[in-house]
Parts: sequence; structure tokens; C-alpha cells
Amino acid sequence: MMYALPGRRVVLGLFLVFLLLPIYWLLNMSFKTNVEITSTMSLWPQSPTLDNYRVIFTDPSWYTGYINSLTYVVLNTILSISFALPAAYAFSRYRFLGDKHLFFWLLSNRMAPAAVFALPFFNLYSAIGLFDTPWAVALAHCLFNIPLAVWILEGFISAVPREIDETAFLDGYSFPRFFIRILMPLIASGIGVAAFFCFMFSWVELLLARTLTSVNAKPIAATMTRTVSAAGMDWGVLAAAGVLTIVPGAIVIWYVRNYIARGFALGRV
Amino acid sequence: MEKIPNQKAWLLVLPVFAIVAFSAVIPLMTVVNYSVQDTFGNNKFFWNGVGWYQELLDPATELGGRFFASLWRNLAFSAIVLTIEIPLGILVALAMPREGWGVAFSLVVLALPLLIPWNVVGTIWQIFGRSDIGLMGWAINRLGFDYNYVANPIDAWLTIIVMDVWHWSSLVALLCYAGLKSIPDAYYQAASIDGASRWAVFKAIQLPKMRHVLVIAALLRFMDSFMIYTEPFVVTGGGPGNSTTFISIELVKLALGQFDLGKAAAMSLVYMLIIIIVCWVFFTVMTNAGQDRRPAGGEP
Repeated sequence: MMYALPGRRVVLGLFLVFLLLPIYWLLNMSFKTNVEITSTMSLWPQSPTLDNYRVIFTDPSWYTGYINSLTYVVLNTILSISFALPAAYAFSRYRFLGDKHLFFWLLSNRMAPAAVFALPFFNLYSAIGLFDTPWAVALAHCLFNIPLAVWILEGFISAVPREIDETAFLDGYSFPRFFIRILMPLIASGIGVAAFFCFMFSWVELLLARTLTSVNAKPIAATMTRTVSAAGMDWGVLAAAGVLTIVPGAIVIWYVRNYIARGFALGRV
Repeated sequence: MEKIPNQKAWLLVLPVFAIVAFSAVIPLMTVVNYSVQDTFGNNKFFWNGVGWYQELLDPATELGGRFFASLWRNLAFSAIVLTIEIPLGILVALAMPREGWGVAFSLVVLALPLLIPWNVVGTIWQIFGRSDIGLMGWAINRLGFDYNYVANPIDAWLTIIVMDVWHWSSLVALLCYAGLKSIPDAYYQAASIDGASRWAVFKAIQLPKMRHVLVIAALLRFMDSFMIYTEPFVVTGGGPGNSTTFISIELVKLALGQFDLGKAAAMSLVYMLIIIIVCWVFFTVMTNAGQDRRPAGGEP
């Protein structure tokens, strides 16, 4: 029972319309031909066409962009979560030399501007031969995703009573077995939330992804900026490509919708 | 929860330490290295001491002028979006339905802009604001206002601010919603027995309960708006003129556009320093807030 805000349906309704309208406009454009886009202003496609989507699904320079993006995003999510889990446990349960400073240092990397790292990353990954591979982007995105994952998971692990650890150890569980068989199922929703955030921040980032790739691992976002200017503004295809970049995010949101609010509070409410 | 002193915990942290050190420390050392050297090409570098820093921090020079101009621009931008997004986010969180299908629907729609790649956010608004093919630009011009974000700096700013509000207000709303959800019903029952007004409930119960998440929201929004690059770059490219050139855009121009390594590196470090200071304040506030909370209510 919350006290109702007067006119709350109107406020929420207006805000949701404000959020959806630009997305709808993109969707609307993606079903139009270029002639229709530039010549008339219509709220829905007059002669709906799937040609724009056909271009993307048949032209390798377009659809490989999606595959590349999803590859490094998934790699990054797996890397971030598996590195962050033990560390989050340590920060949650133990006090050790330099723990606070280490935590702050990690956190400060989450806040580091990508623009600062663009050039040194380019040099670093060129030097070790990972330039233009999904691994370069996946590792580069660890810079901000690992600290975030540690932070979220630490919040969730701290909510698990320590008696559970102690009981498990008394029952003869080894540390790895306890971790995988008991702790991980208990914080499954936390792992889901952390994975969601790693996916999200890796998926939306462009500056590093674009700097660290040229041809073979080019992300879809970069394909959008380049192909379009070369083709002399193919608005319909651009809109269709944009719509398709929203789809993976929408699917992921649907699966974690019950944890979204808590997740955005970083497990700290 | 009381933590056990245990130095072996370092073993668990070591992998994270190693990978983040590889990702952060090595590149940062390169930047420090560049920031004290000058080059005439051919990969030959010369010691330049603090020369770049002196130039950077002196607004009279070309470099310093550009740096300070983009810094003030960025601070103004951050201030404006924060003053809009925080109250709007609180309002939307208060307006969220309590139960039923509306909750899931609203949450999904709210989260949607957050998962759109940043350049696509730029593309969406670039299209939406155009007076020939965009609904918003077309409608505003139809209403008789002369609106063109490509040519007019004020229109460009308005477009970018509306875009940022569109993109990130949901984050604030979701955080506040999580804070509101954690308020036990008993509080509201007590308030209704006391006959408290809507405003009194907000001031005495909801706002204090949201304070913790509001701190997270305000600081996350400050950091991210202070580092903004992709969205304004796609929409305006920093123009018209330099009117929407924020620090990150200026920095990428210097580093990857002009390959002015020394200047870019010095600027990077000063930029990082500002962010780390704010981050430290954030961390301190967060830690103290956590300590304040525990003895008071004894909640998790």
C-alpha cells in the first residue's frame, strides 16, 4: 500500500509514450522505402516493405556485424562473471590487507572514460596481436564490466548469511565444491543481474569496440556508421539495422524483468 | 556483517587484480609516458617534462582554451541533465503501478532505452529531430518554431539534452523504484493512522528511504554525463562550430584524429584526475551511508 500520487497514470503514461515514440519512429521508418521516407510524413508505412531487413540478412557486411558484436559481448560476459565471482566473495566475507583501497581502485576503473583508453588500448592490443579480434574488445570491456560485476555480486553475496558457508564447511564441502554447489545456486538471481549488466554495457559501447577492430571483428554499431555514409544515407536500411540492435536487449530485459529494479540498485537496497 | 580477517582472500582477488591491472595499469602507463614527451614523428620521442600540462592548464594557449571550453561545456551539460533527470526519475518511480501486468510492462519499457547501443541512440535522435524526415523536428517546425539542430547551437543543445533525458531518466526511475519497493507496508499504515498528507509521506518516509539509491543515481549520472561521447558525436559531431564538443569528443579528436599524443595524454590524465576525485567522494559517501544505516534500523 503506497500512497497514490495524484494523476500518476497520466504521468507514467506520458513518460512511457515519450520513451516509445522515437523507437516507434525508427520501427516505422524501417518498413518504408527510401522514397516514402523522404517524400511523405506518415505515422505508419503506407506501403509496408521488408526490403530493408532483406538487405541486412542477405548482405554479409551487415549480418557479420551482428555476429561479431554478439561474440565479444558473450565472451566479455563469461569472462567478467567468472573472474568477478571469487573476488566478490572475498570482498563480501573477508577483511584483508588493502581491501578497501583495492575496491576503490576497481570502482575507479568503472568510472574511467573510454576516450582516455582508446589510444593506449589500440597500441596494447596491436602489440600483443589481438587487434581486430573479438578477444580484444572482450578484454577491453572487462575494464569497466569486471568492477561492476564485483560490485553487484558483492551486494548479493553479502545478503547470504555466513552460517550457510560455515555449515557447508563443517559438512566437509571443499571450497570449490561449496562455491559451485551451494553458493552459486543461492545467488543465481544476482549472477543473472550481473550478467545482464555486463551484457548491457558491452553491447552499448562503441568507442572502444570501434577503435580495436577494423575488418574481421567489426561490430554492428561501426558497420552502421561506415556503410551508411558510403551509401549516401540509405535511411530505410539504417533504421532496420537500428531496430535489429534493439532486439537482443529487449529479449534480455524480458528474462530479467523481475530483477531489473533491484539490479539497477546494484543489489544495495 | 562482521568480516573475518583473512589474508588468503587475496588469492580469490588475484585474478581480478591481474586482469584489471593488465587492462588499466599498462595502458595508463603508456599515457603517462606520452604526457611527458614530445615527438617529431618517426617514433622518436623527446623529454618534455611538464610542458604539456602547463599548456593545458593555461587558458590563454590554444590547447588550454579548448580544454577549458569543453570542460565548462561538459559541466554545464551534466548540471542541466542532472537537474532534469533526478526529479523526473523520482516522479516516474512514484507513479509506477503497484501490481498487475502494468508493473512488468512499465519496467520493460523503462529499461529499453538503456539497452540500445549508444550510437543507435544517437541515430534515433538524429532522425527524430530532422525537420524533413523526423517526427519531432517536423512537428516543431509545423508549430511555427524555427528548429534546426544542425545549424543552431541552442537547438543542438536542446536536442542533446532531450536525448539524454530520454536515454537515462529511466535509470534514475528504476533506482528510485527499487528504493520505494523496500519500504515496508507498516510505514504507510502508520502514516495513514496518523492522517499524514501525501506530501508528508513523501518527505518523511519515501524521500529518506530513497536517499541511498538517489546518491548512487546522482553520481552514476554525473560520471556518465561527464564522459559522454558517442551520442552527441553521432547527432551533432560536436557542432555546430564547437558548441557541443564535450571533453571526450575533444580528447578523441586530439588523440585519434590529430595524433597529438603528448597533448592528448596530458588532457587524459587531468580528465581522469577529476573523475577519480569525484569517484572518491562517491565511494566515501557510499561507505558512510552504509555505516549510518546499519545501527539505525538493523535492516539488511
